[in-house]
Amino acid sequence: MALTNERIRERLTEKFGESVTAFSEPFGMLTFEVPKEMNLKLLQFLYDDDELKFRFLTDLQAVHYPDDKGRELAVVYHLHNFTDNVRIRFKIFTGIENPDVFTATRLYECANWMERETYDFFGVNFVGHPNLKRILNVEEMDYFPLRKEYPMEDQTRIDKDDEMFGRGGTF
Amino acid sequence: MARPVRFNITPKPRDAQGHISMANAPDGYTGEGFFTTKLSEVVGLARKNSLWPLPFATSCCGIEFMATMGAHYDLGRFGSERMGFSPRQCDMLLVMGTIAKKMAPILRQVYIQMSEPRWVVAVGACASSGGIFDSYSVLQGIDQVIPVDVYVPGCPPRPEAILDGIMAVQDLVGKESIRRRNSDRYQQLMLSYGIQ
Repeated sequence: MALTNERIRERLTEKFGESVTAFSEPFGMLTFEVPKEMNLKLLQFLYDDDELKFRFLTDLQAVHYPDDKGRELAVVYHLHNFTDNVRIRFKIFTGIENPDVFTATRLYECANWMERETYDFFGVNFVGHPNLKRILNVEEMDYFPLRKEYPMEDQTRIDKDDEMFGRGGTF
Repeated sequence: MARPVRFNITPKPRDAQGHISMANAPDGYTGEGFFTTKLSEVVGLARKNSLWPLPFATSCCGIEFMATMGAHYDLGRFGSERMGFSPRQCDMLLVMGTIAKKMAPILRQVYIQMSEPRWVVAVGACASSGGIFDSYSVLQGIDQVIPVDVYVPGCPPRPEAILDGIMAVQDLVGKESIRRRNSDRYQQLMLSYGIQ
């Protein structure tokens, strides 16, 4: 019998009770939320469980919600069950003041570079990561560019006259 | 028996008048059996008609440069048919395309590896000013890391524009004093980029 979203939801509620919340199914893909301390327990359970068998980490990244105080950064995990060809997605939220999240590198080797990228662009601090440093941007960069704290344009630029680009100025 | 190769059935006289452009001799005094001129002019004449380009192509401007090198636009007419892919052999660095901030030290390294005298052309909007990529990851013009002699505008520039830029470099090269690279002003320029 194919694994359905309802069955996954049942199994998760059996195991974790009320801590798994905000279930939804955008475009048929089961999506939910867990407290950030539980991310490894959940990944391990999804991996080990003989029925769920989510053993492939498709993607891991972050989203910044600057207006959501106390839970500004969401880290999103995409998992794939190859046996039944089912995908799920879950999110953990963390405050931007203390963006510590447990690393998934012990369970998935491929999380290494994904977590480095997430750190590079959003500054999520993956506790226990073996080599948490910038991967794509220049190493001397002193900010996290994909946080919604910075204007799109390079602020060090002096050759662009705002008036010529329709940004303020006199007209 | 080998067949004689003939392209016309009725032979035509060679029509070379005005089809080959020759470099003009520099100003000087001519007499019977001698010609005097300035050394800098002779050196300039030789340099400007044998510039070896080093293409540093990262995006679409590089494609336009390929057309410029090809038979239709023929960069070889300007004495630049020989692309050198080692910076140590080249005179003219052509930077074509977006240079990411992470690429900047590599570009600088390539420039430092070129021997003097060397000239730099920034081809296209991205190399000249960052272009449309007004972003955290893109270098806002290569003149932040290396000195540039000629900027070619366009996004991407047409091959004619690139040729125009190269002719502008030729003009600079032909008029350059042979002492310029030893002058204090030039040393100051290099130091302002942190290049010894």
